[in-house]
Amino acid sequence: MLTDNSIKKIKSELKKYPDNQRQSAVIASLQIVQAENGWLTNANISDVAEFLNMSEIAAMEVATFYNMFDLKSVGKYKISVCTNISCMLRNSDEIVIHLKEKLGINFNEITSDGKFCLKESECMGACDGAPLFLINNQKMHNHLTPEKVDQILKELK
Amino acid sequence: MDQLSGANRKVEAFPLCLRTIGLNDPASIKTYLSIGGYQQLKRILHKKIAPEILINEINISGLRGRGGAGFSTGLKWSFIKKNQEGTKYIVCNSDEGEPGTFKDRDIIKYNPHQIIEGMAIAAYIMGAQIGYNYIHGEIWDEYESFEKAIDEARAAGFLGKSIFKSNFNFDLHAFHGFGAYICGEETALIESIEGKKGQPRFKPPFPATHGIYGKPTNVNNTETYASIPWIIENGGAEFNELGVENSGGTKIFSISGHVKKPGNYEIPLGMPFSRLLKLAGGVWKGRSLKAVIPGGPSTALLPANIIMQTTMDYDGLSKAGSSLGAGSLIVMDDTTCMVATLKRLSYFFYEESCGQCTPCREGTGWVYRILKRIVEGKGSIKDLDLLTDVSKKISGRTICALGDAAAIPVISFIEHFRGEFDYFIRHGYSMIGRK
Repeated sequence: MLTDNSIKKIKSELKKYPDNQRQSAVIASLQIVQAENGWLTNANISDVAEFLNMSEIAAMEVATFYNMFDLKSVGKYKISVCTNISCMLRNSDEIVIHLKEKLGINFNEITSDGKFCLKESECMGACDGAPLFLINNQKMHNHLTPEKVDQILKELK
Repeated sequence: MDQLSGANRKVEAFPLCLRTIGLNDPASIKTYLSIGGYQQLKRILHKKIAPEILINEINISGLRGRGGAGFSTGLKWSFIKKNQEGTKYIVCNSDEGEPGTFKDRDIIKYNPHQIIEGMAIAAYIMGAQIGYNYIHGEIWDEYESFEKAIDEARAAGFLGKSIFKSNFNFDLHAFHGFGAYICGEETALIESIEGKKGQPRFKPPFPATHGIYGKPTNVNNTETYASIPWIIENGGAEFNELGVENSGGTKIFSISGHVKKPGNYEIPLGMPFSRLLKLAGGVWKGRSLKAVIPGGPSTALLPANIIMQTTMDYDGLSKAGSSLGAGSLIVMDDTTCMVATLKRLSYFFYEESCGQCTPCREGTGWVYRILKRIVEGKGSIKDLDLLTDVSKKISGRTICALGDAAAIPVISFIEHFRGEFDYFIRHGYSMIGRK
């Protein structure tokens, strides 16, 4: 079941497209549901598909194609660290090692308290701030140092 | 060094798409209006200036697509039949995923209304009624601020029905991507707007005749649209003269990697690379320059001795054996291991290949696995020719340019730094840091 809040937001996205092209809103709708739920369950995807009058498999194709959708739990805070070339040149390796040690997890793992998940990510188009990471797909932190990482982790309750 | 100091040659930054930076509240409609914003759209609509006249002005400007392909904007816009009945679309491609590129983000962040005015003028010229700005998934704040700019423009009557009391109707929406490099390819982007996986379409038919929902569609880069209001205001000739032959106007160069001041530098095309490097503070930590990727990883790497003699324009970089691409300079100092760097880039293309064409899907993974085993000290000397061979066999055999793009770094890194690859394979470790 989609929540009223999700339905309201999806309806607002649907206004961007012709009435007979509801599928155009699928990427936005899945984002809305994921933001609310933390990640996408099969039931979430099927609810979105039904609401947009599209086949479930077509919605599943979208959910599995775009990297920022998560089909498994990512804990309370998903930390996506860019390790692509511009960040790599500015020592993203040091940030990754620090995060792995500090949190005691590898990429694609969740801390035992369910709070943090670490992901390796591709270029986020903000390379003047390298090295950087993104929290829960929305909040970017740049010019990272191990000290700055510690500070950010401390503030994430 | 600077053999190009002709009378017309501007030598410093020239903010054009980023001209609101430094002003108070740069992204607001109030600020944009204070520098003459939306006045070109108003003039065009009031005077009912014929689209042909505007296209001619854009042709004179020499503006070329700023997303990487460098195709003539005026020519592209003439492909859309303006009198054709039915819905037509224009799309702004802000899906900036080419590693090292972050210029469109800053235009959206600091000067969104110039994009909106440019798109509205484009829509008038091509007879389009609806526009979308497709924004890269990872820059959420910019997506939200662009939505706000659209709301401001709509409230002011610059978007919507009967704009400036004319019979011109145009509305614009923001689309938020969600992590797919391939959607920067225009037909993949169109598939994505239709709510599908971003897999490129076979061309022809081209988007100009069969784009979103099968309707005529024009796709241009953010910087391209944002250049339009300035060109219409100041004339195509003035824009053209800012640059050099075949490279009219200004360009934003995103500089990242080993420089003191990474950032966006909007400069007249034709500036020597050495001067641009100086604007970015030079190589960091007092080190020396090793190599530069001049336009994003899908353009060929150039070693220091070549790039230091090169000018930043389409012909200059082409003569040097690379291309301007999206203007994304990735600067590497003398501590950079080329083998490890290429391995990371190869992983990127493998990860982002959409999987549709076999040579790209299989070839990018193969290239990555070879480089991985070299970095792990398990490479063999035959691997170097194998890397080049596999890459050349991806190139030209795929629906879209990602296959070609994946091959370019492999071929150029090995061409210019073969000795370093050779050393790594023979010793099982990098020559960098062990000298």
